[in-house]
Amino acid sequence: MHPAPSLILFTVLSGMGFGLLVWLGLGLRVPTGLAAFILFGLGYGLAGIGLIAAAFHLGHPERALKAFSQWRSSWLSREAVLAVASLLVMAPHAAASVFWDTPLPLLGWLGAVLALATIFATAMIYAQIRAVPRWHHWSTPPVFVLAALAGGALLAAQQTLALWLMLALGLAMIVHWVIGDQRFAQARSDTGTATGLGRFGRVRLLEPPHSGRNYLLREMVHVVGRKHAHKLRVIALGLGVVLPVIALLLPAGYVIVLIALLAHIAGMLAQRWLFFAEAEHVVGLYYGKR
Amino acid sequence: MTSLPPPSTRKLGLVIDLDTCVGCHACVISCKGWNTENYGAPLSDMDAYGESPEGTFLNRVHSFEVTRDAAPPMVVHFPKSCLHCDDAPCVTVCPTGASYKRVEDGIVLVNETDCIGCGLCAWACPYGAREMDGAEKVMKKCTLCVDRIYNDNLPEQDREPACVRTCPAGARHFGDLGDPDSAVSQLVAERGGFDLMPEQGTRPVNKYLPPRGRDTLQMPDLASLCETPSSSGASEAKAAGFLGWLDRALEKL
Repeated sequence: MHPAPSLILFTVLSGMGFGLLVWLGLGLRVPTGLAAFILFGLGYGLAGIGLIAAAFHLGHPERALKAFSQWRSSWLSREAVLAVASLLVMAPHAAASVFWDTPLPLLGWLGAVLALATIFATAMIYAQIRAVPRWHHWSTPPVFVLAALAGGALLAAQQTLALWLMLALGLAMIVHWVIGDQRFAQARSDTGTATGLGRFGRVRLLEPPHSGRNYLLREMVHVVGRKHAHKLRVIALGLGVVLPVIALLLPAGYVIVLIALLAHIAGMLAQRWLFFAEAEHVVGLYYGKR
Repeated sequence: MTSLPPPSTRKLGLVIDLDTCVGCHACVISCKGWNTENYGAPLSDMDAYGESPEGTFLNRVHSFEVTRDAAPPMVVHFPKSCLHCDDAPCVTVCPTGASYKRVEDGIVLVNETDCIGCGLCAWACPYGAREMDGAEKVMKKCTLCVDRIYNDNLPEQDREPACVRTCPAGARHFGDLGDPDSAVSQLVAERGGFDLMPEQGTRPVNKYLPPRGRDTLQMPDLASLCETPSSSGASEAKAAGFLGWLDRALEKL
C-alpha cells in the first residue's frame, strides 16, 4: 500500500493526542491552570492536526461532514463520530481544569472512553480490509492502541506507566510483524485464484492492460518500501521503543522525557511508514507484482 | 445507507467467456466512451500527450500465460471490471453512504455528489474494480451501464452494457444471474462458470467461463525437428576431388 505522508502523520499524531486525552480524562494526571492549558492544548492540538492532515487526504474535503452519517456500517465514519464526540465531551472537563481549577471527573471518564474508542476505530479501518491480509488480523489494533497510549503517557510525563506501555508496544509490534509475514500466504489468494486459471497450470502475467501506471498501482502496489523492511523494523523498534525505555529507566526529569518522546515519535513514523509500505494488496496479483 | 441490502432475487451481471475473448480491448474503449459521454463525471486522462499518460478505466483487459504440465502453454485474455458482489466489501466501508448496492437488481453504484474521495472503497475491493478519477477526485466504477439497460430512448438491441454490445467475439454476456433459467445462468451451469478469488468471501455476481479444452495433436518431439543432419551424426556428404582436397586442406589450417 502507498505510504501517504498525510495518513502516517494523522495516525501517529492524532493517536498520541487521543492517547494523552485518555490519561487526562481518567485523571491519571490532574493538572490545573497553566499546566492544564499546556497538556489539554497538546492533546487537542495533536488530535486536531491529525484530523486536518487526514482531511487533506480526501478528494473532496468540502463534503467531509457527510462522513458522519454511516456509523452503523463504516469504521471510518465511526472514527469521525467518535473523534468529534470525545473532543466535545472532554471540552467542559478541560475548560473547567484550566480556568476554574475544578476537573469534572464524570465527563473526563466519558471522554477518555470515547478517545480510546476513537483510537480503536482508527485501527479497525485497516484491520477490516480483507484484501490486505497483513492488516486483516487481530494483531493490528493492539499496535495502534498501545502506540497511542504509550505516546500519551510520555506526553503526560507518566514515566512508570509509559515504561510498561512501551514494553507492551514493542511486543505488539513484533507480534504484528511476525504474524504479518505469513498473512498473505494464509489468505490463499494467488494469481491462480485471482484469474480462476490456477486449475489449468501455473499462471503468470503476460501483458498488463496498459503500458503506463494507474490509480490502482499507485495506491495499492508499493514494491520499493519492502526492500529495506528489515532495517526499518530495527529502526522503528530501536527509536520507538528501546531508546525511550532506556531513557525512562534513567532518573526522572523533563529532559529525559523529551528525549524519549522525540525518539518515540521518530520510531513511530518509521513503524507507520512500514505499516503501509509492507502491506500487500491482493489486487497486485492481477499486475504480476505485490 | 452503506449497509448491504438483503440479497436481491434479481442479480444483473456479466458472464465473460475466457475461451472466446481475443484480447482486442474493444470493450475497454466502448466502456470509456460511453461512461465519459453519459452518466456521472467523465473518465479523465491525465498527462494524455506527455511522458507518462494514464487514465481512468472501468474495464481493463489483462493477458495471462498458463504453463501446463502435459500440454502447450496457453495465453488467456482476461477482461476485468466490477463483479457487483453480493457481499461487496467496498459498500460497507464507505463513510458517507455514497457507495451502495441497489435492492432491485444488485448493481453496485457510487453517488458521486456524496463521494468525499477518501479511496477506502478502492482499498476494500480485492479486484481493483474502483479507480479514483484523477480530475474529478471521485470514485469511478462500472455501473453495468445502468443508463443504457433501462433506457427507453435506445433501440432495444442497445439496452445492454456498452462492453457487451461492442464485443466482436461475443465473449461477454449480460443477464440476470439470480434467475436460474436465464440464458446467462444456463451458460454458467453448462460451461462451469467460476468466481474470482472465492476465498475473499465477496460472492461476486459476475462469472467467468474457463477456456475450453483444445484439440490435441500427436506432437512430435519439437527439439528433434531442429536437428540438422550433421548434428545427428549421420553420413555427411563428402566432397571428392579438388573440392575435397581444398576442404581437407582448409580444415588443417
